[in-house]
Amino acid sequence: MVEAKALVKRFGDFEAVRGIDVHVRRGEAFGFLGPNGAGKSSTMRMIASVSPRTDGELTVLGLDPDREGPRIRARLGVVPQQDNLDSELTVRQNLQVYGRYFGLSRSHVRRRAAELMEFAQLTERADDEVEPLSGGMKRRLTIARSLVNDPELLLLDEPTTGLDPQARHLVWDRLFRLKSQGVTLIVTTHYMDEAEQLCDRLVVMDGGRIAAEGSPTELIRRFATREVLELRFAPGEQEPVVGLVDDLADRVEVLPDRILLYTGSGEAALERAHARGVRPVSSLVRRSTLEDVFLRLTGRSLVE
Amino acid sequence: MTSAAPAGRVVGSWRAAWLRVEGHWTWYRRYWTSTLYSTGLQPLLFLVAMGIGFGSQVQPGAATGGLSYLHYVAPALLAATAAQGAVGESTFPVLSGFKWQKDYLAVTATPVTAGQLLGGQLLWVALRLLLAGIVYVLVALAFGAWLNAGAAVVVLVATATGVACAAPVMALAATTYDEGARFITLFRFVVMPMTLFSGTFFPITQIPGALRWLAWISPLWHGNELARGVTLGGLGVLPALGHVVFLLAVFTAGGLAARHYFYRRLVV
Amino acid sequence: MTTTDPRRPGGVLLRILPPGLYSGRAGAIIERSVLSYSRGWLVFVSGVMEPLFYLLAFQIGFGALVGDVTGPGGRPLDYVAFVAPALLVASAMNGAVFDSTFGVFFKFRYAKTYDAMLATPVGPLDIAAGEIGWAVLRGGLYAVAFFGVMSVMGMVDSPWAMLLVPVALLVAFAFAAIGMACATFLRSPSQFEFVQLAVVPMFLFSTTFFPLSVYPVPLQVVVQCLPLYHGVELARGLSVGVPDLTMLGHAAYLFALAALGVVATARRLAGLLLR
Repeated sequence: MVEAKALVKRFGDFEAVRGIDVHVRRGEAFGFLGPNGAGKSSTMRMIASVSPRTDGELTVLGLDPDREGPRIRARLGVVPQQDNLDSELTVRQNLQVYGRYFGLSRSHVRRRAAELMEFAQLTERADDEVEPLSGGMKRRLTIARSLVNDPELLLLDEPTTGLDPQARHLVWDRLFRLKSQGVTLIVTTHYMDEAEQLCDRLVVMDGGRIAAEGSPTELIRRFATREVLELRFAPGEQEPVVGLVDDLADRVEVLPDRILLYTGSGEAALERAHARGVRPVSSLVRRSTLEDVFLRLTGRSLVE
Repeated sequence: MTSAAPAGRVVGSWRAAWLRVEGHWTWYRRYWTSTLYSTGLQPLLFLVAMGIGFGSQVQPGAATGGLSYLHYVAPALLAATAAQGAVGESTFPVLSGFKWQKDYLAVTATPVTAGQLLGGQLLWVALRLLLAGIVYVLVALAFGAWLNAGAAVVVLVATATGVACAAPVMALAATTYDEGARFITLFRFVVMPMTLFSGTFFPITQIPGALRWLAWISPLWHGNELARGVTLGGLGVLPALGHVVFLLAVFTAGGLAARHYFYRRLVV
Repeated sequence: MTTTDPRRPGGVLLRILPPGLYSGRAGAIIERSVLSYSRGWLVFVSGVMEPLFYLLAFQIGFGALVGDVTGPGGRPLDYVAFVAPALLVASAMNGAVFDSTFGVFFKFRYAKTYDAMLATPVGPLDIAAGEIGWAVLRGGLYAVAFFGVMSVMGMVDSPWAMLLVPVALLVAFAFAAIGMACATFLRSPSQFEFVQLAVVPMFLFSTTFFPLSVYPVPLQVVVQCLPLYHGVELARGLSVGVPDLTMLGHAAYLFALAALGVVATARRLAGLLLR
């Protein structure tokens, strides 16, 4: 569906994307995980064929976006980072007007709008203006709008940023349904839970480069241990402890407010730490996540 | 979810621009009442105040071509109104498409290109001006402001004048990144003086010779000359052609600049 | 300075208003406006230029089309001299209405500037007085600039004409107060059409551009009810130096309008913001 080789995007002197290789297969959910400014959105805009590449190769749906932009966009769905709905039109009108831009007939967009409002659970608000809708509803409408042309490939830029937990789960639920219907998804996110939930395969991006690629479980297996022991200390008490625990795990990360010990068994490590007289304020044993992968790969947290 | 459906496809450029007009029309059907005053009533208020009220103080003479002031001012007032309306429609509404409402970003994610988007916007402005012009001509008819059927052509002249002004202003809007304070400056230092000193209310021969070139470069002056020419007569074929060419040139240059800046802003 | 002090400062106006509305800090609100405008000085300067363009257009254009018109006291008057004082007060009105409706509306509905102010000792009447004061100040600056140009163009030949500036201030005050009261009723920006609907006809038909005698008698009565008409009469009479007693009536009308606007604004703001 998408094939990129040594893809580069520069804005003046600033190099947002520094030569990435990406291969997205039909029917999969593919993720770009990285902090703000990693180059995810620039990559997405190039795939969406609204941003010419500076260098490298890119084909989307087998076509060159620089020359066949409109033909590609006819088969894409795009959910931008910020909703750009027409706030002065109704929910229904937003879907219908947008659908017309894809050259669809009036009767078709009318039918399609009704289906999509059902899908996005907005049927009750069909003839209300968009402005007073909640953030979650607007997001669902933006997603519904992106489906108006039955796209083969759906691009979602930060689909749930700024939504409350309940609204996020509702959006995820709708995206799962699409995936099960065979729509190829490309998602950018800086939430590791979102990436783990949605993506079959993902790349970790940092500073315009790809730091690693694989499925979430693969990445965790490759770049983290099965479990993590988190130890928190009162301010000032952490520093002297580091030397006492750094041989208890495969790897130790010292963060400003806690120490992370990467190990096959967190409980065992905790017992041995206690035995050495380490008294943290609190301790937590958990499974490794993509957050840990990112920390390992870049030395930084994902969400700061 | 999968309706047995034709998926999206690419349409021709004119069709794409027309689909944008359809989108604007959807908006207009909801909000046309809020535009009644600015596009419907205000021009007529000016016609009554200037044409009839102020006109009552004017003796028909050489300056008005021997005509009553109402007959003299009515065609030009339509052209001036169209120019003002066109500039208005090309400033904040266009900036909003880029910046606040961001509907331009939504549209360029579809098969519609930035150039077709611009074309749709210009087409929409032209249709609005046409509609407002027809209303003006009909109501002005009731006031006896027209001498002959040339009034119908005045609507076309006014629309052309307006669209010629709209194109460069859309280019300006596409290069505006702040809250649009420069539009207020544009109105006060360009549009307003243009309205006053382009022969709308009095012949530009009354402007000191050293400053008259300002009227010559104003699209509105060319529009005013044409508007009076088609209904009041007295305009030769060659000068008329000259005015048309000037308006076309402003439209083409402005349109090309706008196209360039639309692409620069939307395809980065 | 506390809002619960029963012996609050101020005259009758302040005593008839509900307590808790005023803390005597209107100056702080004007200061804020000055600060925010000092960055947009070009907008400010362009507001001064606008009436001057009109004046120039009348000097070289309209004036040449028209001979003398009937001025105050039935005397024939050069057209430019007829229209200039009217433009002066009309521009005071336009400036004041613009500031007190558009400006106030956006601060009120979107920027939430007033909510922030009311979290301090500042009360709604402070806000009303401050915003109206600012609009008057701005209108006054425009008027002074306009008056200066009138004198340079030789249109000031009576000592009474010096009173044009206070007249412009009074007009600005009345329209700022009423405009702000109206702004509190507006719900969406598209409703500014209503403001335009009130202001533009008033600008065009308050004998600004042609004398009252042009209208048929029933319409003359309607025109005489318009607030701007009274400002125009006042200014035109003073500029040619024919003061008479009816001027007191015109001034009283404008003062009444101003007082009504201030009270209405403070009450509306109190109702809307102190809930």
